[in-house]
Amino acid sequence: MKYAFYPGCVSRGACPELYSATIEVCKILDIDLDEEALKGASCTGAGVLQEKNLRLGDTLNARTFAMAEKSGNPLMTICSTCQGVMSQANERLLADPEYLASINEDLKEEGLEYKGTADPKHLLWVIVEDLGIDFLESKIVNKLNGLKLAPFYGCYIVRPTKALGFAENPGRKQALEMVIESVGGEVVDFPGKTLCCGFPILTINPENSVNMVANHTIDAKDRGADAMVTPCPLCHLNLDGYQPNAASARKREIDLPIIHLPQLLGLALGISPEKMRLNKHIVSTKKLLSELVISP
Amino acid sequence: MEVKFNVRRYDPESTDTVTHFQEYQMDMDASSTVLDGLIRIREEIDGTLSLRCSCRSAICGSCAVKVNGEAGLACNTKIVDSLSEDGNTITVEPAGNLPVIKDLVVDFQPFWEKIRAVEPWLQPEGEEPETEYLAPDEDMLHLAGVVSCILCGSCVSDCTVMEVDSNFLGPAALAKSYRFVGDPRDDSAQQRFKTLNESGGVWDCTRCMKCVEVCPKGVAPMDRIMALREQVMESGYTNTNGARHVHEFTNSVKHSGWLDEKKLVIKSFGIFNIKAMIGLIPLVIRSQRAGKVPPIFHKSIPGVENVRRIFEKVETKK
Ligand code: SF4
Ligand code: SF4
Ligand code: SF4
Ligand code: SF4
Ligand code: FES
Repeated sequence: MKYAFYPGCVSRGACPELYSATIEVCKILDIDLDEEALKGASCTGAGVLQEKNLRLGDTLNARTFAMAEKSGNPLMTICSTCQGVMSQANERLLADPEYLASINEDLKEEGLEYKGTADPKHLLWVIVEDLGIDFLESKIVNKLNGLKLAPFYGCYIVRPTKALGFAENPGRKQALEMVIESVGGEVVDFPGKTLCCGFPILTINPENSVNMVANHTIDAKDRGADAMVTPCPLCHLNLDGYQPNAASARKREIDLPIIHLPQLLGLALGISPEKMRLNKHIVSTKKLLSELVISP
Repeated sequence: MEVKFNVRRYDPESTDTVTHFQEYQMDMDASSTVLDGLIRIREEIDGTLSLRCSCRSAICGSCAVKVNGEAGLACNTKIVDSLSEDGNTITVEPAGNLPVIKDLVVDFQPFWEKIRAVEPWLQPEGEEPETEYLAPDEDMLHLAGVVSCILCGSCVSDCTVMEVDSNFLGPAALAKSYRFVGDPRDDSAQQRFKTLNESGGVWDCTRCMKCVEVCPKGVAPMDRIMALREQVMESGYTNTNGARHVHEFTNSVKHSGWLDEKKLVIKSFGIFNIKAMIGLIPLVIRSQRAGKVPPIFHKSIPGVENVRRIFEKVETKK
């Protein structure tokens, strides 16, 4: 299947490992990524720009949707935040034809028009809904038997459930757990899995942000997790990058690697850890990988 | 149908002061509510179970509890919608982020203190009119959602920031503040913005949408908080990390089409915030060691002039 690929700023900036892992994984899963269609697309606004000017955010996302429509392929994201912001924008655009028409006025000059058919989908959903778990399982060469993995969704891919189409696609509620199990992992369930990682207040209230990192990582660790898996690079940045701060704030060791969803898939699909830059994390993945006995 | 209630119990007078779960099994009608179940437990099985309720029709706001980990009104939550996948269990716990008095009853004192802190009353200026204070209908319409708040505390129970910071005013109080800031009869907005701009105010919300999701009345507290942020900035309070963050983020997207993470972090702290900058150094060093640093030269996306044009068009539209 072919998708208009929307990598998002973070996978092109602070998380290059997410970008490379995605590309490798999609090759194996026969997901044909059109990297050109959305080259000129802007940031989704991440909800931040929306604080200042909602219409502006909706216009930029309508522009991205129009570009995807033009390419003729569905839009795929790899970031919970991108996904959530896009789903919410799409909900507003589709709910009010007059609003959509007036936004299209501003896209005209560029020769774009959003007709309302885009259905942005995170890679996680693409796997569960478009490819199917059975297909994923058929491609697995390295079952990660018994690896204990705590899921961490990121706020924007679980709320608000209405904009994210949870009623129409009930599988979205458990998608990450389904993927973890299908690659042979054991799910470590914990209440924080759908809560906030604290990233949005990182510069506003660092103390609270670090406390959130500490709560989630420690909870998962104490329930026996070997690593945490997330479909959101922003969650990764905070949970990985600020884990040392969380550890010193709580005066204890945490040492919980934070793995991007595509990296987890890649390990099971036989992609080398180096190729997915698993050696480029702040919290080292060395011990985890050595226990997995995957040859590099 | 057979339903198993798994209820978190706590009795301050018992020698065993830790909370524990107790199971109750009953035959229930699938269309009945969680509150029906709890009342039946209290009346037919175990008279020591404490809970709060009154109207039983989602009006009074007294029955908020956590059902399967998520806050909501017990009288508004159907049994059929709450059964676990692996059987017929419903887990009920007291609302979060408030001290438990006994079983499912929590102390609302901290909740009311925060509501009071936003001065939830009209503060008009000038001479008192001869009849009542009048407000045109159309000026009140945007408050229709927010005045529906029944002060049940569900949003506070599940707020992810209140979990780590008791100083945060929280979703219910901030939504209440929006209600008064937005009332045409109120003249103290500037004073209210000052409080909202302080620590514990609008900038501490992490935008997790929990409050929007759990609110039984569609108040959408987070959306109100975002609206307040915009108004706080417009009223001239721009010297906070939060306001700088929004400003720099917007600028980065405007000028290059995407986010310049390095600049964003530095500018959000404020160029002269030496302490915060020094705090960042360990992370920068860690990132550099791990080879995890955003590209040094932030390139624009192709066709960025189209993005800039949209900014100019839409920014003037407001
Ligand atoms: S939402 Fe985040 S990852 Fe997505 S495009 Fe914007 S900043 Fe980038
Ligand atoms: S809300 Fe009204 S009807 Fe319900 S308990 Fe309170 S007073 Fe009675
Ligand atoms: S969105 Fe803000 S106020 Fe609402 S629950 Fe999350 S942190 Fe609390
Ligand atoms: S905003 Fe909603 S959840 Fe919060 S107290 Fe009011 S009614 Fe309850
Ligand atoms: S009992 Fe009044 S709201 Fe539930």
